[in-house]
Amino acid sequence: MKGILYLEDGSVFTGKGFGARATRVGELVFNTSMTGYQKILTDPSYKGQILNMTYPLIGNYGVNETDYESEGIHAFGLVAKDIASSPSNNRSVMNIDEWLTLQNVPGVWNVDTRMITKKIRDEGTVKSVISTEDIGLAEAKRLCGESALRQDWMKEAGAKKRFRIEGEGPRVAVLDFGVKTSILRGLSSRGLDLHVFPYGSSAEELLSVSPDGIFLSNGPGDPAEATEGVETARALLGRAPVFGICMGHQILALAVGGRTYKMKYGHRGGNHGVFDADAERSAITSQNHGFAVDGESLTGRGMIVTHVNLNDGTVEGMRHENLPVFSVQYHPEASPGPNDSAYLFDRFVAMMKGGKAQCRKTTR
Amino acid sequence: MPKNDALKKLLIIGSGPIVIGQAAEFDYAGTQACKAIREEGIETILVNSNPATIMTDPGIADKVYMEPLTEEALIAILERERPDGILAGFGGQTGLNLSMVLEESGALARLGVRLLGVNRDSIKRAEDREAFKELMLAIEEPVPQSAIATDMESCRAFVAEVGYPVIIRPAYTLGGTGGGMASRDAELELLARRGMENSAIGQILLERSVAGWKEIEYEVMRDAKDNCIIVCGMENFDPVGVHTGDSIVVAPIQTLRDEEYQMLRDASLKIIRSLEIEGGCNVQFALNPENSDYVVIEVNPRVSRSSALASKAAGYPIAKLAAKIALGYSLDELKNYVTHKTSACFEPTLDYCVVKFPKWPFDKFGAASRKLGTQMKATGEVMAISRNFEDALLKAVTSLEVKLEGLRVDSISRLNDEALLHKIDVCDDERLFAIVEAMRRGESVEALHARTRVDPWFLNKLGNIVRMEKALEKEEMTVELLREAERMGFVDDEILRLSGVSGKLLQDIRDYHNIFPVYKMVDTCGGEFEAVTPYFYSCFDAEDESRVSDREKILVVGSGPIRIGQGIEFDYCCVQGVWAIKELGYEAIIINNNPETVSTDFDTSDKLYFEALHTDDVMNVVKKERPLGVVLQLGGQTSLNIAENLAKRGIPILGTQFNAIDLAEDREKLRNLLGEMGIPTPAGKSVTNEAEAFAAVKEFGYPLVVRPSYVIGGRAMQVVYGDEELKKYLEEAVSLSSEHPVLIDQYIEGREADVDAIADGEDILIPGLMEHIERTGVHSGDSISVYPPHTIANEVADLLVEYTRRIARRLNVVGLINVQYACSGDKVCVIEVNPRASRTVPILSKVTGVPMVKLAVAAMLGKRLRDSGYGVGLYRKMRLHAVKVPVFSGAKLTDVDVALGPEMRSTGEVLGVAGDFAAAVYKGFLAAGMRIPLEGGFYVGLRAPDQSAEAAETLREYVRLGFKLYASEGTGRFMEKYGISAETLRFEDVLQKTGEEILGLINVPEVANKPGSNSFDIRRKAIERGLPVLTCMDTAKIFLEAIKLKKSGAAPKYATLEEYLGDA
Repeated sequence: MKGILYLEDGSVFTGKGFGARATRVGELVFNTSMTGYQKILTDPSYKGQILNMTYPLIGNYGVNETDYESEGIHAFGLVAKDIASSPSNNRSVMNIDEWLTLQNVPGVWNVDTRMITKKIRDEGTVKSVISTEDIGLAEAKRLCGESALRQDWMKEAGAKKRFRIEGEGPRVAVLDFGVKTSILRGLSSRGLDLHVFPYGSSAEELLSVSPDGIFLSNGPGDPAEATEGVETARALLGRAPVFGICMGHQILALAVGGRTYKMKYGHRGGNHGVFDADAERSAITSQNHGFAVDGESLTGRGMIVTHVNLNDGTVEGMRHENLPVFSVQYHPEASPGPNDSAYLFDRFVAMMKGGKAQCRKTTR
Repeated sequence: MPKNDALKKLLIIGSGPIVIGQAAEFDYAGTQACKAIREEGIETILVNSNPATIMTDPGIADKVYMEPLTEEALIAILERERPDGILAGFGGQTGLNLSMVLEESGALARLGVRLLGVNRDSIKRAEDREAFKELMLAIEEPVPQSAIATDMESCRAFVAEVGYPVIIRPAYTLGGTGGGMASRDAELELLARRGMENSAIGQILLERSVAGWKEIEYEVMRDAKDNCIIVCGMENFDPVGVHTGDSIVVAPIQTLRDEEYQMLRDASLKIIRSLEIEGGCNVQFALNPENSDYVVIEVNPRVSRSSALASKAAGYPIAKLAAKIALGYSLDELKNYVTHKTSACFEPTLDYCVVKFPKWPFDKFGAASRKLGTQMKATGEVMAISRNFEDALLKAVTSLEVKLEGLRVDSISRLNDEALLHKIDVCDDERLFAIVEAMRRGESVEALHARTRVDPWFLNKLGNIVRMEKALEKEEMTVELLREAERMGFVDDEILRLSGVSGKLLQDIRDYHNIFPVYKMVDTCGGEFEAVTPYFYSCFDAEDESRVSDREKILVVGSGPIRIGQGIEFDYCCVQGVWAIKELGYEAIIINNNPETVSTDFDTSDKLYFEALHTDDVMNVVKKERPLGVVLQLGGQTSLNIAENLAKRGIPILGTQFNAIDLAEDREKLRNLLGEMGIPTPAGKSVTNEAEAFAAVKEFGYPLVVRPSYVIGGRAMQVVYGDEELKKYLEEAVSLSSEHPVLIDQYIEGREADVDAIADGEDILIPGLMEHIERTGVHSGDSISVYPPHTIANEVADLLVEYTRRIARRLNVVGLINVQYACSGDKVCVIEVNPRASRTVPILSKVTGVPMVKLAVAAMLGKRLRDSGYGVGLYRKMRLHAVKVPVFSGAKLTDVDVALGPEMRSTGEVLGVAGDFAAAVYKGFLAAGMRIPLEGGFYVGLRAPDQSAEAAETLREYVRLGFKLYASEGTGRFMEKYGISAETLRFEDVLQKTGEEILGLINVPEVANKPGSNSFDIRRKAIERGLPVLTCMDTAKIFLEAIKLKKSGAAPKYATLEEYLGDA
């Protein structure tokens, strides 16, 4: 099976196809994680994106029944240098080719993924067509031209209906923009009583469960498109302690009147160092975002930047001056990636129990 | 946390001589550390006894003490220098142990010297088995069930509890010396006893075996702020049971799910935090593939061989960063050395696959057991990088220089099925090739996994290679097939051989469809950020990232893996060459594949190609870069071996040309040439069959030196004294090398001298002469040699200079040349001519201050020696004395003899430097780790040719100094004849007394290296007890100098190399 990847700028990468016989148009991004492809592909934040893995050998440990961050693959396509047809791991139930077929997702391999990565690095993320259906160049070009990239995936990536994960501890209302299972697990494993609300839920709806804290989840798309979410978040500020991750962090910034912007090619991987000004030290983080919070836009809005990316100085976390509100751009739930920041979940719990004062204290 | 400004002067301890388990990686680490500290404006003092290292070169540290790494020497140096701190984590186990001794004796406290990077507690907790186990239990990290033992009783009790197999590891040793796995009572007895003997504290660890589990390693770094990162995770192809130094290792980790990866990452961080290491550390795990359970196997609280590998594999210079951390910096204040922009506080991500393959010395040690286990046997390693595992593995195999094109070893192909499976079960150095052969014969991945416990992922990849072999054999050659074969790393010769297509056809397909390798960058970040470091590897992919500059370029071909006969000295020469090229204004490009060395540090050259040194690989780089010339004379025999192929292709070779190389290396041609020039050389003949050989015997008479043509390190060379020996040799040697004839030379007894010169085509410059202590017949790499010569008369020296000049002139040598001579009375005779850098170049450069490689490179680029400021002819004699003493890894290779002979066995060397000869000898022996006894007994056993009046004189001196001599019956009679009293002992008694009454051996055996012979066992026991074993009367004689000096009680003076040179 032939596979092609067509980029909006006209460049074409022809390799072999795997997974489903399908054609998709999406935003081409790269991820630098060396492990965790199953968790990455099932992370709802990748909705609408075609994923180019920089690590060349994908599928080595197969696909298992536990490494799901949601019910299935959200990414629109997968690009790899090489895929393993005979994986090896005690939990593996199938290989990546079989899995993508089952999930109806096309894949392309045996293309120069490093060249693609560098292209994205130099030119920014780009609209692309991935196909395993032997479509011609003209067809790819036409499809690419005709399709517009959606930026409002957060509206449908998460739960459609309210649900609850019971716990003995403090009650948390989760606003779901496309939440990862690991985040819910990270909260729930600390005994929290979770009430998950679908996108579009109002502040009143969330407050109706008398939450001890609010959690704003990760999710795909441009946070500026999530007007209802921002509105809800704004109305919640000051009503209960708030913790946001990734899109939740961006929503929070918008809610206080800050700005977000689209990064050239974002951060996707598990290896960036982030400096925590409160702890005065750094952690290696799991990252997946294409938008970021403009640090300057927070000036005078009551938010203090607490976490900074060591590579490019972008905002990685913030907390409110007076309110028990904090958020991070990266992923303390890891999955995949380093677990170094799991302490942030504890901080949230402590904040709900002890109020604002606890918020500044660092426990790791 | 910024740098601690209280640190003005620091001392770094090097690792001393190269031994198995402690090799060139510490030159790399130490050099990086020195540079990292010096660039902070801190005065850097280095102590290292190894002269072949780059780190001991002028310009790396501010002051270099080339002195023995002993407590006494270090205290004297600390007293002199009064540094603010010591960096102990860069000199391997040697540096660490020495620092511990200094700390425990209170010397550091007394002198106000801080231990930086590691502290006593963390070393103790990481290295002391019991303390480590306690710590792991405290932080809830699983360790295998284990027990500490200092006696056999507790060993047996432990086994009664957990059952066999158990692993035995001695505490405080290098590279697992004396360790092993016991599956039976007898093995337990043997290994446990040996382990206790080898341990510095008589302690061993017994451990439940987790053999067969996956072996995973993490390289971790931590700073004082408690920031921690993983630089690289690595997975061993060989499961637990084979020492990681003897394993094929792959980076990054291939077969772990993210959860498993993070579980071990979390554990690594927890461990480095609990040990409070500030710097780098290596953590090894065993992971049960069935259920993902794991145990912590080992922690190395310092930079190591693995960290050198990880640095090269990930592009992250661990030693450099560890040094910065020791100064007080935190990781988040430092920059990534590859991108120059992003932070050093991150975890490198690889977008390629790295394979490390060990290089074993079994080609040299025919009698040694090739079985691999927990005791490391490899002398060096190669690394290969590609976009897939198959290609990286095949490139690594090519890099080993064992004449393999692919994974087919003829001797293994010839085995019957039963023998093949047996070979796989034994697990020796050729197991990989045996596994692949079994696959060719249809053995399944499941069956092979059950047999070897090698992960199916690796086996499936090997299966891909086998399938490609079959496809090439059976299918029609197509563009797609060729592309796929190239992508998998099949070399041209293999493709041609398997497919049977013509080279012309292959070339046409390749040209038309543009199937050539491209070069990709190692950038630490998977392409996420722009990198500036020019570190490249080849692969078959679309984009070529190597931008060729418009500067004039020179390519230096490196020396590949460290092996016996071709050690770190050639890496020294390559690095010096690169620096000289840069200084002269050219772009210096290096191609090499040894991950341990300074030459493959990505900031050594202007551009680094990490590649095999096969003609094809070098040609690809040449085609890409179009250098002005290629330097082949610095990388030892490895680079010289491709001279012919490059010359044939019209590639400009800088300096000495191929025809001269050929003249010098082909003994027949050399003999004729020397004959024409009237320079004496031993008579000899090259023979291709037995009849010719015996005709030669008639002509020359015994003894004879026999060897195959084209040799490195005297491989398979032997002195034969009779017909039977000769016959046996011919049978073995001819099968060793059928392409080349066997050379038979007259054996000339005499003093040997090494002459190294730089030639510019007109003049030569000889920095100094070196004389060997042992007479001809002992390989020059294994003999003690001294500068300046101590017995060679001036007239003879003049002759050496003159002959060398004429030979260099006649061969049109431009660059370096090494000539070995035998001197007998006033007669001089040429034994060997090497038109390349030699083992002695770094030594002579250091003891004379003449920058030999720099001058050689300048000569290659047209500069005249006359204008160099160093003059021509023989350079002035320095007032210092230097004694090079070889070091053998005797403790590691238990079935290898230490007796000297024409075959090289040493793995490294040290230099003793002093103002007078005796002190230099003393320091040399001391630095080599030789114990110098002041009293007690020596056992003497001499073969007949050595029972001479001269030998008697030496023995008499031992008696005069108060030693009691014991002798074998035969030697006893000889000694009686000369009136030397000795107690005659039976073999059993000698063995029993060795280490008790007998504290040294003077033993020249009839035949060396015959395991099972009586004298072999005695020598082994003595080596294992750390006793001096003198296997040549010349060595025994010079050893007296060291004893006398020690007896006199005069404390030797310690000084820097500069000070010694300044005395001239």
